[in-house]
Amino acid sequence: MAYNPRTKEAFESGGLDWLTIFLFLGMVLFGWLAIFSAVYDPEFPNIFDTRLNSGRQLIFIGIAAFIGLILLVIDAKFYSAFGYVFYAVGVILCISVIFIGAETKGAKAWFALGSFKFQPVEIAKYGTALALSKYLSSYEVSFKEWKTKLISIGIVVLPMLVVLLQNDTGSAMVFLAFFMVLYREGLPSFLIVMVIMAIVLFVMTLLVDKFLLAYILAAIGALFVFILRSNRTAILIVIAAAVLAIGYVFSVEYVYNDVLQPHQRGRIDVLLGKGGDDWNIRQSKIAIGSGGFFGQGYLDGTQTKYDFVPEQSTDFIFCTIGEEFGFVGSAGVVLGFVFLMIRLVIIAERQKNKFSRIYAYSVACIFFIHFTINIGMTIGLVPVIGIPLPFFSYGGSSLIGFTILLFTLLKLDANRVNEIQSLND
Amino acid sequence: MRGLKRRQWFYIITFAFLGLIYVTRLFFMQVLDEDYKAFAEDNYLHKEIQFPARGLMYDRNGKLLVYNDATFDLMVVPKKVKPFDTLTFCKLLGIDTAGFKSRMLKAQKTPQRPSVFEKQISQRTFALFQERLFDFPGFYAELRTDRRYRTQSAAHVLGSIGEVTNKDIDASEGYYRQGEYMGKSGIEKSYEDILRGTKGVKKIIVDVHNRTVGTYAEGIYDTMAIAGTSVYTTLDADLQAYGESLINGKVGSIVAIEPSTGEVLALVSSPAYDPNLLIGRERGNNYMELLRDPMKPLFNRPLNAPYPPGSIFKAIEALVAQQEGVLRPETQYHCGGGYRVGSHTVKCSHGHVSPLPLRPALMHSCNPYFCYVFRSIVDQKKFKTFEEAYQNWYRHMQSFGIGTKLGIDLYGEAKGILKTSDYYNKVYGKGSWKGSTIISLSIGQGELGVTPLQMANVMAIIANRGFFITPHVLKYIGKKGGETRDFEKKRCSVDSIYFPVVVEGLADVVKSGTARVAQIDSVEVCGKTGTAQNPHGKDHSIFMAFAPKDNPKIAIAVVVENSGYGSTWAAPIASLMMERYLFPERVIKRKALEERMLNTNLINPSTSGNGVQSSH
Repeated sequence: MAYNPRTKEAFESGGLDWLTIFLFLGMVLFGWLAIFSAVYDPEFPNIFDTRLNSGRQLIFIGIAAFIGLILLVIDAKFYSAFGYVFYAVGVILCISVIFIGAETKGAKAWFALGSFKFQPVEIAKYGTALALSKYLSSYEVSFKEWKTKLISIGIVVLPMLVVLLQNDTGSAMVFLAFFMVLYREGLPSFLIVMVIMAIVLFVMTLLVDKFLLAYILAAIGALFVFILRSNRTAILIVIAAAVLAIGYVFSVEYVYNDVLQPHQRGRIDVLLGKGGDDWNIRQSKIAIGSGGFFGQGYLDGTQTKYDFVPEQSTDFIFCTIGEEFGFVGSAGVVLGFVFLMIRLVIIAERQKNKFSRIYAYSVACIFFIHFTINIGMTIGLVPVIGIPLPFFSYGGSSLIGFTILLFTLLKLDANRVNEIQSLND
Repeated sequence: MRGLKRRQWFYIITFAFLGLIYVTRLFFMQVLDEDYKAFAEDNYLHKEIQFPARGLMYDRNGKLLVYNDATFDLMVVPKKVKPFDTLTFCKLLGIDTAGFKSRMLKAQKTPQRPSVFEKQISQRTFALFQERLFDFPGFYAELRTDRRYRTQSAAHVLGSIGEVTNKDIDASEGYYRQGEYMGKSGIEKSYEDILRGTKGVKKIIVDVHNRTVGTYAEGIYDTMAIAGTSVYTTLDADLQAYGESLINGKVGSIVAIEPSTGEVLALVSSPAYDPNLLIGRERGNNYMELLRDPMKPLFNRPLNAPYPPGSIFKAIEALVAQQEGVLRPETQYHCGGGYRVGSHTVKCSHGHVSPLPLRPALMHSCNPYFCYVFRSIVDQKKFKTFEEAYQNWYRHMQSFGIGTKLGIDLYGEAKGILKTSDYYNKVYGKGSWKGSTIISLSIGQGELGVTPLQMANVMAIIANRGFFITPHVLKYIGKKGGETRDFEKKRCSVDSIYFPVVVEGLADVVKSGTARVAQIDSVEVCGKTGTAQNPHGKDHSIFMAFAPKDNPKIAIAVVVENSGYGSTWAAPIASLMMERYLFPERVIKRKALEERMLNTNLINPSTSGNGVQSSH
């Protein structure tokens, strides 16, 4: 066997981030146990039974682990070199699935070959992360230029629009993660403030009378004009912002009524306590709430056992954890994710080249969106949006997709000692 | 550009902040909020109610009056229904296709869950249906019980059961649920707590589709239904039925009480109805029909209809006057053909010697005599004002149960009419009314209304020489000779030493006075007729009595509306009732009298054998 110094390097302690690997293993195994409970049937008491989701998930775990290992062995240069290829393949598959995919719950997001099903958006996510990192880390590119900013946004928006055309709103929202990444690379701070304001105003508009809200915004604007009366430029900016905000408030209703689909409107209504069919979310909350401090015990959750929770092994897997492992288990999972995401930020910041850093932030932010939406949905803080909880939800595409995202980063991180300092920041 | 590197804190803080929000939210949901546990239990635990059989009802001699019979509720689980021959189905069940569709539509609201398709199918109908039940997948039967009456009489006392209303459910604080039954009237209502028994609960686990998954905790928390306790009423079923047949065809009441115990022996309201009308599937329709009947058969007259008591009231006046010390048995008043009040004269219609003492005055029912007696009570010098004197008289009346609810163990008892001084103050002005204003009270007319139950109770007081036990219809709970409830003994305001002369007077009435028709062979009967003037039509015929004179066994009041003199209808009926009760084995010799009572129809004279002129 030929000696390969880089491979050897990768497996040296300090090279590979074992903390992340242990977190990964813990989550995957915990998820596997939860899936078994979610589909538990006394007539099929074997967790390895491949007729059950738990048995199949174990196969997926095996495949994911194998792919993970291969990723660690591949040369780190491969990922940046083939970044655009992955991106192109992801986008093309996402487009073709619209025409030849199988329709599931109103979305055309899955390829189906017999019993084998596969969701191309996982490749698109990976490809976008690689392509964005590659583009922004190119020597001739500076993020300070408008052109760079626009191209970066374009790289993200293209797959996002394609996924929207698949009618898979949840997965499309995951691409918002890349805008978060761009902030680290120099997107102006006021954009973050604007995004937060936009979300707050959106919710406020649906809750409060829009004319009242417009008056309040105008009043706030007037107050600022008064305070900043000596500075003419500032006054103009404030007036422009106020007009923009009021215009936004009035367009929210249009978006809400005419752009959103009825089921999406319903989910927002449920969340805001404005009625609507809240059965699913109610069952989800009952499951988690009835867990108590220590939980009802493994395989003993009545909500889970008697099928009151919808999509139990996939999007609502967190309910099973909440019900059977209680506050200890569910808060543990939340803290685990927070820990993992912060760990990824630390990993990102210790990278010597821009490619690895941007890629690391992409992974952290993708996990963040999935975590926020999925768990937020089960505890009734976010509208129902069907995206999986990384490493926990049943499903080969998502498990393998997240594993590839994470292990690629682990490989890049392990390889950082071989990199020449290419960062000016 | 150190500035951008600092932005890592934005990510770290955002991730940590969101984690904190979620952990806090989880803490509130899982640790602080206990409601979710109850919600989860509501989801998967279904409480299946096991219905107990209702307690039976017997009469005082142990004769079964009310029992239970099996009926069937046809249940349907719409999801399990497969196409079938609806025409045969409807024919077997006795419903039309429109009825079938509307029932099915109602059940469709919970397609996974059993709904009642048709209630209370009789055993006969169900027997035919059952043979074909396998042809109708999705349908099955549940055994229930329904009331059956072994008698056609005593409907007002026994009462009936009906489906609970929302009001009943609220009042029961969750004991009753939609679709259950409870006593709606009579004993069924007042002794509901004894008769209904204890519901059992079977806890079963269901899944999200409401499919039964199993029993909860191997059934250790399940409870069995405990059958209701039987009740023995104080009614004498034979006497009750006899009373109903005597008064049949007339409007009125009969109340018979055993004086020493306050037990109600018979409580007849006429026109009556067959209690069997108010059972099963036809209950609703029949109830509406009874409600619409102009003769108001549902109206419980003995407890609710107040009548001016007429001459009967004179006996009470005599007792009260003696207690007040203003009358002695030998006190004489002049009849003089009438008692003058201004331009009006209260006339005496009976020919007799004058002046006369108390006993013959009672026998002859001398109106002027009792006007003087009444004035002597209310015009006493010891009272500063007339109002005070009146209130004193008022309290005496109340102690005889007049103008008060006696507290019988049946719902819907009325107070009758007895006005307070406030009423007269309002009508005439304070201080401007006196004895002569209200003189008609002395002969039991005017602003006075006494229910037949109160009349019988007054007789019980006289029979007991000064007290009564709250009238009641419950004799034993559970078994014959078993436990019972306490019914209060009340003394009236008149001491027992004043009763003998009045009792003798009442005996004279039957022996040689206006009620000779009420005489019973070998028993001394005390009684008093009353002919209550009725401004709306013919006078009400009233008679009240007790017998025997010494050691009385029965006190009775009979009212026959708009039929004339007390001696014509009320007295014969009361007499026949007493004879039947005192001598159950005796063959009634007064056949002609009995026949006349049984066969006369005063409501609809054309159907009666010996036509009595209807008054126009």
